[in-house]
Amino acid sequence: MEFMITLYSDESVDIPSPGEPGFAEMMAEWMTFNERLVEGGHWIAGASLSPTNTATTIRKTLGQVPALTDGPFMETKEQLGGFYLIRAADLDEAIAFASAVPIPVGSFEVRPVAFRPDAEIPAG
Amino acid sequence: MTREESGPLLALLTRRFGDLDLAQEALQDALVEASIHWPISGVPSNPGGWLHTVARRKAVDRLRREASIQRRIRFSAAELATGPNDSGATDSRAHITDENDHPNGDEHLRLVLLCCHPALDLDAQVALTLRLVGGLTTEEIAAAFLTPEPTLAQRIVRAKRKIRDAGIPLSLPADVRDRLDSVLAVLYLIFNEGYLSRSGAEATLRIDLMAEALRLTSVVAGLMPDEPEALGLLALEQFHVARSPTRFDQAGDLVLLAQQDRSRWDGALIRQANNTLNAALAQRRPGPFQMQAVIAGYHTNARTASDTDWVAIVGLYDALVSMTNSPVVRVNRAVAIGMADGPLAALRALDNLDDLAERTRLHTYHLWHAARAEFLTQIGRYTDARHAFQHAHALTSNPSEKRHLERRLAAVSALTEADESELNGPTQPPA
Repeated sequence: MEFMITLYSDESVDIPSPGEPGFAEMMAEWMTFNERLVEGGHWIAGASLSPTNTATTIRKTLGQVPALTDGPFMETKEQLGGFYLIRAADLDEAIAFASAVPIPVGSFEVRPVAFRPDAEIPAG
Repeated sequence: MTREESGPLLALLTRRFGDLDLAQEALQDALVEASIHWPISGVPSNPGGWLHTVARRKAVDRLRREASIQRRIRFSAAELATGPNDSGATDSRAHITDENDHPNGDEHLRLVLLCCHPALDLDAQVALTLRLVGGLTTEEIAAAFLTPEPTLAQRIVRAKRKIRDAGIPLSLPADVRDRLDSVLAVLYLIFNEGYLSRSGAEATLRIDLMAEALRLTSVVAGLMPDEPEALGLLALEQFHVARSPTRFDQAGDLVLLAQQDRSRWDGALIRQANNTLNAALAQRRPGPFQMQAVIAGYHTNARTASDTDWVAIVGLYDALVSMTNSPVVRVNRAVAIGMADGPLAALRALDNLDDLAERTRLHTYHLWHAARAEFLTQIGRYTDARHAFQHAHALTSNPSEKRHLERRLAAVSALTEADESELNGPTQPPA
């Protein structure tokens, strides 16, 4: 099965920038986690997003011109900061990966992919 | 077929076909077949084996009928290959030759863990556990929880759909202990529902959830013999069930522990509970359920109410508070303190809460108000006690508890107000 893991955390909490103490260690954790996904054949895609102050929301309503607003779709205490698209045997395995994402405080939503047009057709 | 057998059989079929609905339908088909054949040719020597063989064949039949659904067939290819050879299954002499086909603990445990998967809503976990592990009908579960049957049926359908669509597996996790808490929480919730909702009048009309929880806990404790908390919960339930005959009088009114006729408690079950508890404690890995069972054991093994070792019980509650700081535990601890050290100490324990969130939580718990009311009565603060009883009354919907609180309120209202200024009590009425 394929799962998307969306990562929500408080973006106002400072994390080390390149060159600052702790940055190398933080990156090493992410690399280790990513390699685990790749080497196990679980990796499909993943990305870290720019903060929500860069977000623009397009609201479409029937019969009207789409309206643009500055900011994210929802104002929340924790913001969508990135995602993984992974391959896992079942929900338990996906949960195990989501729990291992190297973000100390946050909420990680796991959802099965219903349909992905660019997915390889499974053999058989 | 008894409920004890249906759980393992269903587990086995689900494991084999990887499809809960199919397994249930096949088992149902097999039961229908049994109801036709057994009265004529007699009950087979191994009814469980007979049902399993027939259900397996029925499942294959169903798969064949749905042959257009390619994916399902592919999953079950192995099963289809062996299917045609299962001839004679409707023969009452049929027996299982494949050793691996016997329902075993692992299969059953998989089903329990599936039903109690934390990715499911707690209500759904409860309903699924009773339906699939307990073998209760949807109608029985709905009645037991005073839920309309369509609502409950819908809950089960939704849960099964989530199991299928979200990919919740029927597998054993690397460490079963990670999932134990969730299983025990479901069982304890079922037990409590039975314990709290039981009142003399209704008990005969509704499935006995207490007995059901006791049976399921016993199954789970058997499946996880190295988990002392499972045994702890079992012992706790056994102690409570042993005392349950005296919890209500003939009118269905609540009888307090101190006033219960201890000669009517179930002595055999108490001995069993003591044994269960000892087996748990021997593993030397304490936990909240074992601690609660030890406390229940102190109460149940005391010959008379006045023999109760309240000082020891307070010590046990202190330990329990450090493990689980639930409102129930806090209130019970305060009551024990009241019995050991008097009402003023109890009121101090009830009211001295620094944590605002904790205080808010307790203020919505009816027994916190009821306990305050009793201790306020003991020190003569009758007006405050009346208010506390009224708060408690407003917060509970249980008819027996409501009647009990009404009687207490009437009794306190009849008392004359003491001079409160002399008592200099430590408490304030709740906001």
